[in-house]
Amino acid sequence: MNTKDIFNFLKPKNELENQGEFAQNHPYIPEELWVKCPVCKNVILSSDLVDNHKVCTKCNYHFRIAARQRIEMTVDEGTFSETDADMSSKNIIDFPDYTRKLKNAKINSGENESVITGTAKIGGTDTVIAVMNSQFMMGSMGTVTGEKITRAFEYATEHKLPIVIFTVSGGARMQEGIMSLMQMAKTSGAAKLHSDAGLLYITVLTDPTTGGVTASFAMEGDIILAEPHALIGFAGPRVIEQTIRQKLPKDFQSAEFLLEKGFVDAVVQRKDMKQTLAKLLKLHCKAKKEEVNEDERV
Amino acid sequence: MSAYDCVIAARANDRPTSIDYITRIFGDSFFELHGDRRFSDDKAVVGGIAELNGEPITVIGLEKGRNLKERMYRNFGSSHPEGYRKALRLMKQAEKFKRPVICFVDTSGAYCGIGAEERGQGQAIAENLMEMMTLRTPILSIFIGEGGSGGALALAVSDEVWMLENAIYSVISPEGCASILWKDSSKTAEASECLKLTSQDLFKLGVIERIIREPKDVDSKLFDSLKNLIASTFEKKMAIAPEKLIESRYNRFRKF
Ligand SMILES: [Zn+2]
Repeated sequence: MNTKDIFNFLKPKNELENQGEFAQNHPYIPEELWVKCPVCKNVILSSDLVDNHKVCTKCNYHFRIAARQRIEMTVDEGTFSETDADMSSKNIIDFPDYTRKLKNAKINSGENESVITGTAKIGGTDTVIAVMNSQFMMGSMGTVTGEKITRAFEYATEHKLPIVIFTVSGGARMQEGIMSLMQMAKTSGAAKLHSDAGLLYITVLTDPTTGGVTASFAMEGDIILAEPHALIGFAGPRVIEQTIRQKLPKDFQSAEFLLEKGFVDAVVQRKDMKQTLAKLLKLHCKAKKEEVNEDERV
Repeated sequence: MSAYDCVIAARANDRPTSIDYITRIFGDSFFELHGDRRFSDDKAVVGGIAELNGEPITVIGLEKGRNLKERMYRNFGSSHPEGYRKALRLMKQAEKFKRPVICFVDTSGAYCGIGAEERGQGQAIAENLMEMMTLRTPILSIFIGEGGSGGALALAVSDEVWMLENAIYSVISPEGCASILWKDSSKTAEASECLKLTSQDLFKLGVIERIIREPKDVDSKLFDSLKNLIASTFEKKMAIAPEKLIESRYNRFRKF
């Protein structure tokens, strides 16, 4: 392996997405032995990185991870059951080049859409879970993304289950025009009915969560958690810099910044995420049991 | 007219703004209410109570301003989180007093800046989307000029959405779309076509219920007919039980 390969591996897959030919001939990026941290430039043995939940052993940078990996890290082994796995987007408004982009996104990510939904147990508690995928068009929200998330909420409401959503998104999917904007209203409506039913919704904001996802279900959780240093905002930093014509402070829109400003309940290390979710789910699950008991007494 | 002609018309400086509509439709009955009770009073959002054919109504509008001085005062119609929070406060008030809500939408988008982010622009919009979906009183939104993305949607989770013939409604500005798609922000005309942002396109897509014809020169006929249309629409909607209203509002968005 030469140094050039190392740097190719370091590029997030979505950056390779535009290299259509490359993407088609090389759908899988090979597992390399060494990985360089993009923040501290430390070179880490990739097996060490995996053992450390894909967090840099030196500077605590949380590498972006694929949705499947996230699910594996989060749910009790063997409990995940996927829903709507086959749903995939169509070029609904005949947007130029979208059909090809979708095809490449599928090849690069190995997934059909920018979100995976299903049911699972976390720390023994039954929950609905949705995990967005940055490797699929930067987690942008298309009609199918919105539909899968809406169905996840509706399933949770119907079965009186909590829901946990991991967000990662560049925002609405421009290639679906207004239909992508409508997903913000659709998912928010489903979140509201779930909330009105007295059920728990936990969001986990991961790097990056921006645009239409921030301005809809990402910010609608009863409890909002975030991964360290994740970029979270409505407008992207470049758009803001262009608007106000000045450089932004260094940690602006970081998870820690949002915690300070009061928009996030807690910043949780990746290694602690599963037990944190398990604890929160259990606390709310207990309240549900008491309710049932009361009903029985009546 | 091409899609790009619509973009130009929707942004034209001599186009009537929300305050024009409010003044011409509700006249002296409009009483302005200020502030979000959290942080400040956002000048890009005008809101208050008025009378429509003798019935009380809550009126909210995104206001761009009618001359340069006003436009600067109104932040060119781009609201901070406070504007959306003021709007929601007034909607909740309307719910309490069982009066309908009308929103006039005209914005290039929610403001992108340091203060807006610090005070939760995303959270403010998200809360409006959630709360409007189950508001127990009818909501009607009329797009009178620009409908820029989430900043417009935050006042448009409504029972019906109408558009002026030459208004636009889009997930991203054509300039933004062109610069992402072709790395060339001057290809605005092509991008306008691709985005399907005209009233005709949006009607075909089922995103809006009604297109309001625009006379060549805006005269009192437009405002008079709009006033009658609003009044008769609310008369019907107010007769519907809140649960039914919410159910059909949910289904209106569920189909997308
Ligand atoms: Zn590092």
